[in-house]
Amino acid sequence: MMPLAALDWHSVFFLLFAALACACAVAVVLAENVVRMALYLVFSLGATAGLFFLAGAEFVGAMQLMIYVGGTLVLLVFGVMLTAQAPFVSIKTAPGDRVLAGVIGAALLAVLLQSAFSVADWRKPAVGREGEPAATPLGMALLGTRVDEAPAGAPPGIRSGYLLPFEIVSVHLLVVLVGAAYLARAKRRRTPRPIEVAASMEPPASLAAHAAAGRESARGGSVLAGGPR
Amino acid sequence: MAEFLINSVGLPEWLAWTLTALVAAVLILNVIAGGALVFIWAERKIAARIQDRLGPTRTGGRFGWLQSLADGIKLIAKEDLMPEGADGMLFRLAPYVSFCASFCAFIALPFAFDFVGQRLNVGVFFVVAVLGLEVFGVILAGYASASKWSLFGAMREAAQVVSYEVPLGMCVVVPVMLAGSMDLVTIAEKQAGWLGNWYLFHDPFTFVIFWVYVTCAVASVNRAPFDLAEAESELVAGFHTEYSGLRWSYFFMAEYGSMFLVSALAAVLFLGGWNGPIPVAKLMGLSAGTGDTAHYLVRLLGMVNLLGKATLGVLVMMWVRWTLPRLRIDQVMTTCLKYCTPIAAAMFAGAMIWQLVLPGGLVPGLSRPAGEIREGWLEGPGGRRPAPARGADVAGVSP
Amino acid sequence: MAPFAPPLFASLLTEPVGVVHYLVVGAILFTSGVVCMAMKRNALGVLMGIELVLNGANVNFVAFSSPYLQADGAKSLGLDGQAIALFVILLAAAEAAVALAITLNFYNNHATVDVDRADDLKG
Repeated sequence: MMPLAALDWHSVFFLLFAALACACAVAVVLAENVVRMALYLVFSLGATAGLFFLAGAEFVGAMQLMIYVGGTLVLLVFGVMLTAQAPFVSIKTAPGDRVLAGVIGAALLAVLLQSAFSVADWRKPAVGREGEPAATPLGMALLGTRVDEAPAGAPPGIRSGYLLPFEIVSVHLLVVLVGAAYLARAKRRRTPRPIEVAASMEPPASLAAHAAAGRESARGGSVLAGGPR
Repeated sequence: MAEFLINSVGLPEWLAWTLTALVAAVLILNVIAGGALVFIWAERKIAARIQDRLGPTRTGGRFGWLQSLADGIKLIAKEDLMPEGADGMLFRLAPYVSFCASFCAFIALPFAFDFVGQRLNVGVFFVVAVLGLEVFGVILAGYASASKWSLFGAMREAAQVVSYEVPLGMCVVVPVMLAGSMDLVTIAEKQAGWLGNWYLFHDPFTFVIFWVYVTCAVASVNRAPFDLAEAESELVAGFHTEYSGLRWSYFFMAEYGSMFLVSALAAVLFLGGWNGPIPVAKLMGLSAGTGDTAHYLVRLLGMVNLLGKATLGVLVMMWVRWTLPRLRIDQVMTTCLKYCTPIAAAMFAGAMIWQLVLPGGLVPGLSRPAGEIREGWLEGPGGRRPAPARGADVAGVSP
Repeated sequence: MAPFAPPLFASLLTEPVGVVHYLVVGAILFTSGVVCMAMKRNALGVLMGIELVLNGANVNFVAFSSPYLQADGAKSLGLDGQAIALFVILLAAAEAAVALAITLNFYNNHATVDVDRADDLKG
């Protein structure tokens, strides 16, 4: 391996974050308990934020931590908690489905890796570049003015800012907010919902039983077969 | 420090950086742990006095100085329990997730001009982002404890923290707008000078935003009156009901660390950071470039100043805890969505208009015109010169 | 993949970090996401797969945008890559919110999050 004198902390931290991200991503696939899957996903995305910081994209890294991990994943974990009842904490996949998914995944990975290794320019990093903060140029680009240098070889002329996508995404988020609130509203029903019927038919089990991993879906199946369909 | 180790002592580069990083990490850990020790004692004394009694008076003399140490020893010696139905891995992992989130936010917090773990260009954003990650530890603890009290407490706390991030973000953007940078060192440096330079007194909108920030910060770290997640009289102890001994003390340190962090953040953003009400060093003729020992003393003075302001913030939080009654969850949500968020938005708009109309703040001539680009290395649209050395654009400004 | 795997992977560990390292990470994340989407019966598991896919793409964008990782830094995407990554994060948040609302509605109406039971419209 590398001689100790040539230890490069950038490589070490890159390997650390990359190994964590990949290992946790694979763990998400392999885990069966949905709460543990959520936890591994949190670690994976946190390690990805670390990778962003290492690549010099500080703003994107901080945004990943705040919005993706601290917002989207919290939402996901809330959803997991709301549905983590005994039959659904671990739902097993049929072996045939697993093999098929594995084959597809392996083929896709092969294609992606082959294309990643195909360009020689991508193997060597730049040396001796100074740190350039990117928050202000990014902010100004989102307002329409580009103050950063154009990449070499780009066609000359005025480069567009990102004002229009920014406004579109703002309206999009507003629409999503209203839509999700509408979808999740508490509706008044005259007949009880299937979830309430199922809950009333199931004997009251403590949450200790729910938190134990590996409840068989057969038990859930028998409850559901008796529910209204 | 790394350069010193490389040049004078002759260590290989990787070892020098490792040692520097370790020293910085140990220092920050000591700030959290030592701070927690002092704050626990202070909390018990303040609570006692507000409740017209004395508090700890036996361990370590008349004032009970060593009470925190005794508590720590007791916690370490306690039996390590885990509920039967609990998910083992998640139960064990939760306190560390919470503590790591609280600790990592200190990386970007500057204690004086050059006393910062890592001077990030997006410092403010990073701190607010990492503070929001503490909620995962809470949710994991609540779920993995296999107890419905823990789960309720955890869900309430998660909802509260996530909701209050919105007005917190808006409050934090106002000093960023005034300083023109998200870099915490830059924001504090721009407030150098006398008391009037503080962003707190910059304009009335910022003054109101400071109080909204205080409310949101207190809600964000789950302190009273927003502490129904750990409500002792309602939910036993909320999400950390089933934790005892050293695991519980990790949650505790995370909470006190976060309290100290939001107070220090308020000090840096609104109260001038390490620049005191009276610019002592400037009056004494010292500045950043005077020479190593004087330079170091100036920074040390600044750090003591910042620690004092942060401690004052924590003490105020404790005072408020033992004075005000606890809010219900619907009252907490109402405060956030119906009061804090609209007020923060309106004050943000007001501060923005103030910057455009009256760029000098309350004392004209001390701030720069609104249209000027604040980042030192940016010249204007389409032009950019290479980044100068880090301290070059603020070398002349001294605390 | 077998013919060129061992020498390339071994050299990946010893050479300084370039774009290809990030691309490998992005590929692994993307593939894990696709397999997760294909394999999981829990609707929230499928949602997690979607998040992994988007993150794999983000890693690729940030890698291409970084001026430190390519041999000739001036040829990097620069700000454009970071802006695209930013928009992907925002849109992923929006899509997760809607997907979660749909899932919870499904849960309320069918008392399950098993996607194999979503077969009301089947043949």
